[in-house]
Amino acid sequence: MATTLLRTAPSARAALRASSVKPAAAALASTSFVRGKATLPDLPYDYGALEPHISGKIMELHHKNHHQTYVNGLNSALEQIGEASSNGNQSKAATLAPLLNFHGGGHINHSLFWENLAPANKDGGGEPEGALKSAIDRDFGSFSNLQSQINTALAGIQGSGWAWLIKDKVAGTLQVVTRANQDPVTGNYVPLMGIDAWEHAYYLQYQNRKAEYFNAIWNVINWKTVASRLEKA
Amino acid sequence: MAPVTYKLPPLPYAYDALEPSISKQIMELHHDKHHQTYITNLNKALEVSATATAEGRLHDAAAQISSIKFNGGGHINHSLFWEGLSPASSPDAQPSAAPKLQAAISSTWGSLDKFKAAFGAALLGIQGSGWGWLVKESGTGQLRIVTLANQEAVVVGDTPLIGVDMWEHAYYLQYLNGKAAYVDNIWKVVNWKTAEARYTETREDVFKVLKANI
Repeated sequence: MATTLLRTAPSARAALRASSVKPAAAALASTSFVRGKATLPDLPYDYGALEPHISGKIMELHHKNHHQTYVNGLNSALEQIGEASSNGNQSKAATLAPLLNFHGGGHINHSLFWENLAPANKDGGGEPEGALKSAIDRDFGSFSNLQSQINTALAGIQGSGWAWLIKDKVAGTLQVVTRANQDPVTGNYVPLMGIDAWEHAYYLQYQNRKAEYFNAIWNVINWKTVASRLEKA
Repeated sequence: MAPVTYKLPPLPYAYDALEPSISKQIMELHHDKHHQTYITNLNKALEVSATATAEGRLHDAAAQISSIKFNGGGHINHSLFWEGLSPASSPDAQPSAAPKLQAAISSTWGSLDKFKAAFGAALLGIQGSGWGWLVKESGTGQLRIVTLANQEAVVVGDTPLIGVDMWEHAYYLQYLNGKAAYVDNIWKVVNWKTAEARYTETREDVFKVLKANI
C-alpha cells in the first residue's frame, strides 16, 4: 500500500496512516493488490483560519482541489502499478514510478504542510521553544538566522517546489533543504516543517510578490507540530 | 567587453487583446512583472559573470551559470511566447495562416485535431512548472512535441515553433486549478502566422526579437 511503497519517514508515515489511509472498500476485493486507498485528510482548521496571511480562497482550492488531485493521482498510480505487477509486467510498473513519486509526494507534502500550519491566534507564529529552540540555536545560531536561511532557499527555487526544515538522522543536525516539484523528503532526512513554494500556494493573494508570502507565512507556522516531529525523529 | 543588457520587448498587442482566452490582468502581471524579473536577474547574472571572467575568477563565473540558464531561458521563452500569440479576431490566429506548417502537422499526426490532442496531453503531463513546444528538429526537419522543465529553453539544435507556458502564473488568476480549460482556450489565440514564419525562416531569425531589444 501507499505508505510502504513510498518509504516515507516514520513520523510522516504515522501521520498518513492516522489521517488518510482507510481500509479498502468491498468493491475493491477483486483487485487483491489494492489494500488501502489514500484519502484527503481533513484540514485541522477552517479554510479562513489562516487569514490574513493565507486567504480562505487559497486554502480551499489548495486543499479541496489541488491536494485531492494528488490523492486521486496517487491512487491511480498505485492501481496501475499493482495491475502491471500482478500481470507480471514489471517493466511497465517501473515506468509508472515518476507518477507515483509526483502524486505520492504531493499527498505526503501537503498532508505534512497542513499540520505544520495553524491560525495566528492559536498555535501559529511566535518562536520555537524547548528542545526545538536549542537545536535551532545550535545548528543555525538563532531563530532569525533560520528564518532568513529558509526565505533565501524559498526565493532561490527555480520553478515549483518546497523548502523544508529537516533532521538528518545520521548527522543528528537540523538542515534546510529544497525539493523540486513534489519530490518528497526521503532517506536519512526527517521532514520537520515544510513551506509550499508552488505558485498555487500564494498567487491569488500575492501574485508575483512571492517574498511577501514567504514573510507572512511565519505568522502561521505551528511550532508545536514541528517540536513534536523533532521529538519522534 | 561589457555584456549587452537585455530589455523587455513590448507586447505586440494590447494587454486585453487575448480576452477571453487570457485575461488582461494575467497579461499585465505576466509581461510587466514576471518577464521583467527574468530580464533583471539575467542582466545581473551576465554582468557578475563577465566581470568574474575578465578577472580570472572562473569559480565565480561558473556560479552564475544556473542563473543565466534559468533567467535567460525565461527571457527567451517569454519573448517567443508573446510573438506566438495573437488576438482571436486576427487572421493570424487562423490555422490557414500557416499552410506549410499545417501540411507538415497533418502528415505527422494525421490531422490538426490529433496534433492538438497530443500537444494538450503533453502539456497536462508536465509535473511542476514548465513549457511545451512544437519544434522543428535540426537535421531531419521533422516536427516533434517536447516539454521542458521550469525555464529551460529550446536553444540547442531544434527550432521552437509554438510554445505554451504551463507555469501556474500563466493561467491561475483566471483558470485556478482548471488548467485543461486554459490549454483548450489557448488554441484560439495561437499566432499561426508567426509559427509559419518560424517553420520556414532560418533558425537565427526565430530569435531576432532578443537582439532587437538590447
